[in-house]
Amino acid sequence: MAQFVLPPNSRIKQGEHHEAPTGVSNTRTFKVYRWEPDKGENPRLDTYEVDLDTCGPMVLDALVKIKNEIDPTLTFRRSCREGICGSCAMNIDGRNTLACIQAIDEIDGDVRIYPLPSMRVVKDLVPDMTHFYAQYASIRPWLRTETPTPPDRERLQSPEDREELDGLYECILCACCQTSCPSYWWNPDRYLGPAVLLQAYRWIADSRDEDTAGRLDDLDDAFKLYRCHTIMNCASACPKGLNPAKAIAEIKRMMVARQ
Amino acid sequence: MDFRTPLKRAQGLGASHHGVGHWWMQRLSAVAMVPLMLWLVIGLATHTGGGYEGTVAWLGNPINTVVLVIAFGVLFYHASLGLQVVLEDYVSHTGTRLALVTAVRFLAALLAVSAIFALLKIAFGG
Repeated sequence: MAQFVLPPNSRIKQGEHHEAPTGVSNTRTFKVYRWEPDKGENPRLDTYEVDLDTCGPMVLDALVKIKNEIDPTLTFRRSCREGICGSCAMNIDGRNTLACIQAIDEIDGDVRIYPLPSMRVVKDLVPDMTHFYAQYASIRPWLRTETPTPPDRERLQSPEDREELDGLYECILCACCQTSCPSYWWNPDRYLGPAVLLQAYRWIADSRDEDTAGRLDDLDDAFKLYRCHTIMNCASACPKGLNPAKAIAEIKRMMVARQ
Repeated sequence: MDFRTPLKRAQGLGASHHGVGHWWMQRLSAVAMVPLMLWLVIGLATHTGGGYEGTVAWLGNPINTVVLVIAFGVLFYHASLGLQVVLEDYVSHTGTRLALVTAVRFLAALLAVSAIFALLKIAFGG
């Protein structure tokens, strides 16, 4: 059965409290999920009071400040700090988003930060993305062609055909949508999930790709594609404003069209 | 120790190639149910005054019988497709899931045939 309750060793306990230094007035409380694989303890929720006067505006700024100044053991992924690498995807204030483009002042009350839901946790805010990347690899996300590339030029595409990729090519594979999807929570082993299906459609929609039939064949499955029940968490979670549910609907439309 | 690669696990057994059929028939049967169920509900609502005789007469009308035979067939077909989706969502053990889907299919067939038999019995003069 699908699991609706956390197993006993995953239940979150109250953690440490790090108070702000004295004399600081403009503070904000961050409650951050912590789990260390080596200790064999349950995960805990640590509380950090952060001085906003000496902190950047984004949640990632606060996490970096916590790691630099309060608790160097805090572990999280980050790289570009401008919403293009997808490394700092995490669950902030109950929503999956990128810490680097989530403004602190857009959140009411304490800022609660957890790793992406349903993923195995490696440490603290770092989820294990292995299966997600393998699912992405399984759709063979590259241009598949029989016709050789013309010797004197690249493969051409009309501006109109290029526009078909808008809303698809921007995906940075941060897995915010993937891990917000209840269907993916219940059947991650077989359901490809919104991010991978959006990527699959990115290649189906590409006018230069010659394996549309093979791509649709590979998706014609009750689990790989049809676990999508248009819950729309994916579209609501996507920090890039994309709509994976629409891409999935397009795949379903093409499936019907070729019947 | 599992030495299978992540890609091997992600690929699993591949696509069954009949996902779209199930999905499409669920949509078609849903669309068909709109007029069929309206017919049933409005028909029963407007004939409750006639008592047993009136209801039997309404059910026995050839047009009503034909519509309702189709309606019950579609109803239980749609129900079995929908319940299969629920089971696929929440029952992860393959053997258990297949057993439950089979049971749902058999039960839906039994109920559909029973309902249709009852209608025909009324239509052909019980």
